[in-house]
Amino acid sequence: MLRLSLRRRRQLLPYLFLVPGLLWLIIFFLIPLLNQAYVSLQSGDSELGYSFTWNFSTYSDAISNYHEQFLRSLRFAGIATIIDLIIAFPLAYFIAFKAGRWRNFMLLLIVLPFFTSYLVRTVSWQLILSDNGWVVSRFRDVGLVSENGRLLATDTAVIAGIAYNFLPFMALPLYVSLEKIDRRLIEAATDLYASRVTAFRKVTLPLALPGIFAGSLLTFIPAVGDFINAALLGTPNQFMIGNVIQSKFLNILDYPAAAALSFMLMGVILVGIAIYARLLGTRSLTEAAAA
Amino acid sequence: MSISWHTRDRIRTWLLGIWSAAALLYLFIPIFIVILFSFNDNKGRFNFTWHGFTLRHWEHPFANPDLATAFKNSLLIAGISTLIAVALGTFMALALVRYGFRGRGTADMFVFLPLATPEVVLGAALLALFLTANANTGFVTIVIAHVMFDISYVVVTVKARLEGMDQYIEEAAQDLGAGVWTTFFKVTLPLIAPGVAAAALLAFALSIDDYVITSFNAGQTITFPLFIYGAARQGVPPEVNVLASGLLFIVLILLGVNVMVQKARARRDSRVAERDALPVPAYASS
Repeated sequence: MLRLSLRRRRQLLPYLFLVPGLLWLIIFFLIPLLNQAYVSLQSGDSELGYSFTWNFSTYSDAISNYHEQFLRSLRFAGIATIIDLIIAFPLAYFIAFKAGRWRNFMLLLIVLPFFTSYLVRTVSWQLILSDNGWVVSRFRDVGLVSENGRLLATDTAVIAGIAYNFLPFMALPLYVSLEKIDRRLIEAATDLYASRVTAFRKVTLPLALPGIFAGSLLTFIPAVGDFINAALLGTPNQFMIGNVIQSKFLNILDYPAAAALSFMLMGVILVGIAIYARLLGTRSLTEAAAA
Repeated sequence: MSISWHTRDRIRTWLLGIWSAAALLYLFIPIFIVILFSFNDNKGRFNFTWHGFTLRHWEHPFANPDLATAFKNSLLIAGISTLIAVALGTFMALALVRYGFRGRGTADMFVFLPLATPEVVLGAALLALFLTANANTGFVTIVIAHVMFDISYVVVTVKARLEGMDQYIEEAAQDLGAGVWTTFFKVTLPLIAPGVAAAALLAFALSIDDYVITSFNAGQTITFPLFIYGAARQGVPPEVNVLASGLLFIVLILLGVNVMVQKARARRDSRVAERDALPVPAYASS
């Protein structure tokens, strides 16, 4: 048997640990992505099959046919992310600084939705927002919805559904970054005659930036590719880019177009992440997401 | 009239508290509706309006054979893919935290990448691969897909635990003659066990709930989320509410048991500490 020196064994060990998982990710994540780039440049049709032809027109066709759904996805996901930030920041702040012995209980309530099926919860929203439901009648009473107006099958319903489903992804990173803040820094600021508001603006908020960054990212990325909310709470008028990719792939069998669309979706997200990181001045991405 | 600094502070805390309660209510209302309608004495196929309380559906949660099969598939897929993903991911996390080696930064970034990719892209890309390879989609391809997206979550969770851990304990074990594997099973694994357990729970929850990636790679196999999506157009049967609520209750019970065990352990540890800290009896020192 080949005996390696202890030092040599220690050097090989990390690779031994890493390789099985890494291989899985390379075969079932990286190669599919590269393969998709290849598929996106094919031409042909679903009956005769597709062949590779450097067919870049799939991309220009995709843009001219589906820019509407693309922009809608960005708009819906953007609005939902902002709504989640507004809802979750005070919540995370309260849990981190004021909740005391209720802290763990409140954190449990935030993760509770994870243990109920995503689809069941969305179907539940269908019920809540349905045309003859309690919510719509009250909204009609107050005049928020017109007499024949509805909530289900509108932009509002889809955005509300997205905001609902990804709220925990915003709240948890915010909580983690707020909880880590050294209270003495805030005390020092107020001791030095900063008002509560100034202390919040100059100390708490900058220190919470990594959490805001991570939370927005973790909310926006799944939101922009989501198609369940649009499918269950909306109509084809609310369809997002995820709906297009899914139907191209599974119903119409137009693989090149679907591949081109999902490639562009990834491109948009990567560019978005880069700009966002630039603006917030966060150097390392993983650093922020791990925070 | 100016309000005192203290009163203003208290008002702010109250407002924050009310906002937080409202936010948590928003999170909880749909879940409450799900649980409520599992007790609904519904008429016909629809379960949209409240008709009165019944335990009928809880007595026969598997009355719908298609739903029963779908649910069984989901449990099996989640179990198998969690086992594989936790095994692969834990070792990856160990390598990434404990060892300096060439390409560590790249590997770190690469593992993070699936988390930054929308599910619809992951699912579509994988299906394209299976189509190119002429592989039939079904149970096995679902498991492959679930392991793929679970691994990154496992690595991130276990890494967080490892980073907060004292490395000298392992070095001490090795200095005392324990081999690499003995050290791993007797020292490292017990220490990171809570992180591994959390990763397993997360992976299981993600897998049993996944619709998007599964919908691409399922072939003819039906899972719990696929069944619900299919049923959502014609009305979801109340058994779905029963199974979803049941899963939630099981998780809550497990969490409760976990909290009690930890409390009991903490009490025992403090008793042991107290006993060991007893003052030395007078006769022993004479």
